[in-house]
Amino acid sequence: MPLSALTGTKLRDLRLAQGLRQADVAQRAGISASYLNLIEHNRRKVTPEVMERLADAIGIDRSALAEGRNAALVEDLRSAAARGGSLAEVERVEDFVDRFPGWAGLLASLEARSLALERAVEALNDRMSHDPHLSASLHELLSSLAAVRATAAILAETPDLDAEWAARFHRNLHQDSERLAAGAEALVGFLDARQGIEEQGIAAPQEEVEDWLRGRGWRISDAELQTGLAEEIAGLASSAARSLAGAHVARARADAGILPEAPFAAALAEIGPDPLALAARFAAAPLAVMRRLAGRPEVQAGLVLCDGSGTLTFRKPAIGFPLPRFGAACPLWPLYAALGRPMQPVEARVQMAGQGDRRHRVIAWAETRHPQGLRGPELREAAMLILPDAGEGPVLRIGSSCRVCVCGDCPARREPSILPAEAIG
Amino acid sequence: MVAHVLLIEDEPNIAEAIRFLLTRDGMRVSHATEGMAALVLARQDPPDLVILDHMLPGMSGLEVLASLRADPASRATPVMMLTARGRDREVAEQAGADRFMTKPFSNAEILAEVRAMLGQPGPTP
Repeated sequence: MPLSALTGTKLRDLRLAQGLRQADVAQRAGISASYLNLIEHNRRKVTPEVMERLADAIGIDRSALAEGRNAALVEDLRSAAARGGSLAEVERVEDFVDRFPGWAGLLASLEARSLALERAVEALNDRMSHDPHLSASLHELLSSLAAVRATAAILAETPDLDAEWAARFHRNLHQDSERLAAGAEALVGFLDARQGIEEQGIAAPQEEVEDWLRGRGWRISDAELQTGLAEEIAGLASSAARSLAGAHVARARADAGILPEAPFAAALAEIGPDPLALAARFAAAPLAVMRRLAGRPEVQAGLVLCDGSGTLTFRKPAIGFPLPRFGAACPLWPLYAALGRPMQPVEARVQMAGQGDRRHRVIAWAETRHPQGLRGPELREAAMLILPDAGEGPVLRIGSSCRVCVCGDCPARREPSILPAEAIG
Repeated sequence: MVAHVLLIEDEPNIAEAIRFLLTRDGMRVSHATEGMAALVLARQDPPDLVILDHMLPGMSGLEVLASLRADPASRATPVMMLTARGRDREVAEQAGADRFMTKPFSNAEILAEVRAMLGQPGPTP
């Protein structure tokens, strides 16, 4: 495999550092001086064999010229450039990494830190905006405070207050001060309890369940499904999370009944991760197949589920496909196209904004059901399987959610991004 | 003529304080703790002014406001909304509220606002 052009510049720097002439090194390496000149000016790529001879001729370790170890750094910096706008000379990133590996490493680590901070800001912002527990706690505090203020003012500003009214307002004041104390204590407890949770973002029962599943590698074996995992579920912090986890296990158990582990694995190996083909093979619902596929380690699939309102009810992330923690996702997700036309598959190759050149193949499908019969409402549920993709061809550019999306010209944007203006492309 | 104020507030102690303030100021106050009952009250005994909490159990304050605005009998009735968060104000404004009071409010403020909305003069210094 030819080495990249960046190696030529480095080769020249190392030769000069050793005080060697181009012609002498070329002779020792068994190549012409003109060819070495072209290599050093990055106008010819060089094979590993020639590079090894050149390294020996200069008297350096060949690995010092290797490009592979810098590939990850180059990729990180390309991602940083994609997020940071058009100021960076992307075409010279390899040269930069090669010449200044320390600075490049520092830049990459700062970029990683910046990404982590953005995620934390997003989590905190979302928590403030959408967290039902926090919202309820603050509302309770404000209501108590409003009552205390109004009542105390009446008592303070009404010297001729009737004794019966005065007694009533004193009683109210006492009640509200107790509520205020309890509310403040609950709020502090709520914030304290969540300080240690990863990225300080877990705030809802659904996230608690997803965190539990993440800890299990998103996998529950059929044998474990039969036991019900009662002990693990009992260890979840909130009753709402325990209820959701119980429902998740019950549904997974039903899926496993229709799609048993061994036959399903065999069919998957034969057919591949095609939910409709697998559904046909087992006479199962495609949604059940998609849930089952998301639990198979060999598929490496992410999965999102949503109800008829578009609210994400389950989120198993895929690498390079960040999922929103709260609120609605990107309206361009094929998930929502499927939700609008049940029983019709939607497949697309997508590219997530801010994730470099990484692509995914997504397959979405929606089903309807009528649990209360003809007289009851129609319920919809959609799923989107997120698969790694190395294919070529046109892609649909999507985001995670508008709040953290860098697509500046998106026709579907519904609110401004919280990212700095320079990050918006 | 005695002004009639419909107070829609589920917090009993806040309601009691507001009711005391307005009654002492010479107004007649009806009180409902949730939206449906409030709408029934508004039809039976049309108020001159509505004080409406934003966060109510069941129907939200905004839904109550929308119902009031949809009914020709209460379309023009002035509505003051009590909100807990600043950004609720913008939403309430778009929904047709006339005035806003952010919790925790002061008694003097709410009384002054109510008087102004009813076209009553302020207290004699």
